Amino acid sequence: MNSIDQSILTLLLLVPLAGAVLVALVPDRAKLPNWIALLTSLVTFGLTLHLPAHFVAGQSGFQFAVNRPWIERPAIFYHVGIDGLSIWLVVLVGLLAPVGVVASWNAIKERRKVFFALFLIQQTAMFGVFISLDLMLYYGFWELSLVPMAILIAMYGRKDGPKAATKFFLFTFIPSAPLLVAILWLYAKTGSFDLAYLQYWVASGALPAGALCWCALAFLFAFAVKVPVFPLHGWLADSFSEAPVALAMVIAGKLGLYSLLRFHIGLFPVQARAAAPYLVALAVIGILYGACLALAQRDFWRLLAFAALSHLSLIVLGLYGFTLIGSTGAVYQILSHGIADAALFLLLGWLYDSYATSQINAYGGLAAKLPRTATLFVIATLAMIGLPMLSGFIGEFLVLSSTFGGVSRSWASLATLGVILGAAYMLWLVQRLFYGSLSDLASSRRALDVGLGQLLILCPLAVLMLVLGLAPNVWLPTIQFGVHPPHARPAAFAQQDMVNLELNREVQR
Amino acid sequence: MNPVLDIDRIVPELILTCTGVLVMLIDATLPSAMVRRPLGWVAALGTTFALWASLWQLSLPQGTGFYGTVETSAFTVFFHVLICGIVLVALLLTLDTLPTDSHHQGEFYALIVFGAVGMCLLTSAVELLVVFIALEISSISTYILAGYRKSTARSPEAAIKYFLLGSFATGFLLYGIALIFGATGTTQVYEAARLIAFAPDRTFVVAGLGLMLIGILFKVSAAPFHIWTPDVYEGSPTPAVALMSTAPKAAAFALLLRVVYELFPTLHALWHPLLWAVAVLSMTVGNLAALRQQNVKRMLAYSSIAHAGYLLAAFAGLGTSGIAAAAFYTAAYAAMNVGIFAVITLVGGYDEARSMVEDYRGLIYRAPLLGCLLIFFLISLVGIPFTGGFFGKFYSFSAAVGGGAVVLAIIGLLNSGLAAAYYLRLALTAAQRPVASPEPSHPSAEIGVAVGAALLLSVAATLCLGIVPNEVLRAAESAAHTLQSPPGPGLNPAPTPGDLTEPPLRP
Repeated sequence: MNSIDQSILTLLLLVPLAGAVLVALVPDRAKLPNWIALLTSLVTFGLTLHLPAHFVAGQSGFQFAVNRPWIERPAIFYHVGIDGLSIWLVVLVGLLAPVGVVASWNAIKERRKVFFALFLIQQTAMFGVFISLDLMLYYGFWELSLVPMAILIAMYGRKDGPKAATKFFLFTFIPSAPLLVAILWLYAKTGSFDLAYLQYWVASGALPAGALCWCALAFLFAFAVKVPVFPLHGWLADSFSEAPVALAMVIAGKLGLYSLLRFHIGLFPVQARAAAPYLVALAVIGILYGACLALAQRDFWRLLAFAALSHLSLIVLGLYGFTLIGSTGAVYQILSHGIADAALFLLLGWLYDSYATSQINAYGGLAAKLPRTATLFVIATLAMIGLPMLSGFIGEFLVLSSTFGGVSRSWASLATLGVILGAAYMLWLVQRLFYGSLSDLASSRRALDVGLGQLLILCPLAVLMLVLGLAPNVWLPTIQFGVHPPHARPAAFAQQDMVNLELNREVQR
Repeated sequence: MNPVLDIDRIVPELILTCTGVLVMLIDATLPSAMVRRPLGWVAALGTTFALWASLWQLSLPQGTGFYGTVETSAFTVFFHVLICGIVLVALLLTLDTLPTDSHHQGEFYALIVFGAVGMCLLTSAVELLVVFIALEISSISTYILAGYRKSTARSPEAAIKYFLLGSFATGFLLYGIALIFGATGTTQVYEAARLIAFAPDRTFVVAGLGLMLIGILFKVSAAPFHIWTPDVYEGSPTPAVALMSTAPKAAAFALLLRVVYELFPTLHALWHPLLWAVAVLSMTVGNLAALRQQNVKRMLAYSSIAHAGYLLAAFAGLGTSGIAAAAFYTAAYAAMNVGIFAVITLVGGYDEARSMVEDYRGLIYRAPLLGCLLIFFLISLVGIPFTGGFFGKFYSFSAAVGGGAVVLAIIGLLNSGLAAAYYLRLALTAAQRPVASPEPSHPSAEIGVAVGAALLLSVAATLCLGIVPNEVLRAAESAAHTLQSPPGPGLNPAPTPGDLTEPPLRP
């Protein structure tokens, strides 16, 4: 282990923070804050690429780990590390940072310093969530991630920012109170906040089962709100329609889903299994409910919000099917959805900047005026709805097939119905925005098509969608190894071949 | 080992007194046309010396002086440093925000310093009559500070309200002290504590405890003795509120710790449920009332009531963990509260033209630095990790959980969720884009050297307590240990009046 491997995760936390301080110190002149933020996010992204380059595949446990005492009493450690589960998520956050900066390049006109400083702090908080292995440290970053988000929604909200920000903040902050009590209770019983140590304790059966159930429930509740899982999605649509594009693309999904996998399923496997039937049911309801609502939306931000609810529910379905294939597919789908969603947000953000409305029926026939925008939008849409050869397909297929085989045929059929509805509302959105007769609004204003700088950021995303769709085996083994609990490892290898086999068959078809 | 002189035990108080007297004398001799602002620097310098002297007192062996009336220990040093720090920040804040043409500026500085003498003495007194005198010294100067803005009606109203209710509460305290004296025949805390255990008739003792608690809980503005707080905070000049919402409270909490853990440890079964109930009541009442407030100072007044509740939750903890948590919370609360009142002083101006939540709309667009600082302190008050507010709450509630009061911790955490709503309302209003074109930044948005230093100190303290709390925590724990193990009589023999080993009274 050389010194860069030792400090890489710490650097990931410190570089965006240093960038934020620098942005705060420079004068708000020309585009200086933008450039600093772009530079910082590119450096950060470069640093995240160090991880897969030096990650030892097939090695169990956490890599690049650092474990130092931070606070003496209670014993909180600065314990960070990544495994196959978190490595690609960290890279995804790193990738979305420059994308977010470019998305805000022209959209943010006032108080750029505040915006970019908070944006970079948000990056630190998200990295922190993905790499923390000490529960208190994790909780710290989890809470910290709310703050820049809420402030930026309030500052740059399109109509009523503060209301959406309050909703977002309270929806996430209040459930984290039981989470904190549960963490403290675990500490009171075991004397440690360390994830691996707690896993051992919980598995040993020395803790009272009834109280553990409540603990698991507190964890589940806090994370389910953040995902969001079906009845807890009240904040989602408002936040999507108010948040600046750069933040809307990271507001839902990743953090909550990762936390479910690491700290609910990972820490309380028995209790999670007991809760699984309910979560599968809620997930399927979420898939259908989100899809139906998305069909009925007139505002494209809200449409994306309910589409996200539907897609994220599919991921939850994969996680709580408790099959290796399903969980792997779910993690893969987090990556794929993150990228496709980011691209859609970018493009819709530019449409919004040009035409200042998010009403879908105000648009129409834009394909002739903005051919490149239309093409890229169609690619992202197809990736989102899971067309074979594109990124969305692999994850959806793995989740649905594992649910069909391993969980329940009826739930799987219903979920598939949701996927068909997903294709319907997304394609209908494309049709209403870009095809048909040219609307008054579209003809009255001159809009600029995607420019060179924007192509530079969008083309890599499009290529990535294609690569994720064509060569899943680059990613799948690492994820699989991370997802699966070590004690069932031999079975995992057997199943891994099955995944490959099924995939090959499907791709050939 | 050099013998410890009695006078060593009160060095910080002596320095502060001399500073106060010096400021008053210079003020009186200066021609009336002259600007009094440099006097503020004199006061700040004196306070810095006092702070340094308090730290020096750490090198003294723990013990009492002046016939067992004044103590120095890790506990007193912790609170001395805290109070001197708060007073220093308040003085720096006052330096830049008090109108320069005021003729009474010198008095203002002197009163702050005299108040500090009382507060410091309050934390080190181990003799109930000295406690009473110290409390009076600190209270009377805060009464006057509250009424400093004579040109408005609200300020004298605040002063009179504060004075009347405050003296009433001090009356309760004094009556309690009298009953304890009646039951034990002494007013020395350690002696009385020892004799209380033998007191044959517990009626006086219990009544004494109750009356003393009323007096102290009034000073820390815990419900149901909180009625004065919003009115007084609203009417008093904001720099004075920055002081009176933190320093006297810190001193009063130190007194509460001393009274319940040193004077009445034997009555634990009695005061424990009482403080539990007061904690729940304070946080609930404070937060619910704060939700509806439109005036920022009133809102923060109710929030300070809620914070008194969170702090009292630490008293449910067992022994040292509870005391250490309470001491730590006092420091964390002081850091962030002084900071936010400093920001409010700068935003509102001395004439308090902008005091409603609505007036803060678009602050981050008008004055980005102030806006960000306001949001930062609000975040700390909410209790977001990596700020002092988080660890304060964290230690307080983990002490409560450790003491078996899980229900209290859950009520407290739900309350902090409730509190997030109104802190957030202010923070997000400040972050919101202004409707009209932003007015050119008003003069008070310019941050001077002194007030800049004050803000820097409070930001640094809030961040330090949130990121590297180890040192302060260790200090709080050693403070807790000294409170748990009072100095033995052999260490510093203090001839107590009526050196009795037997209970004195047998009715």
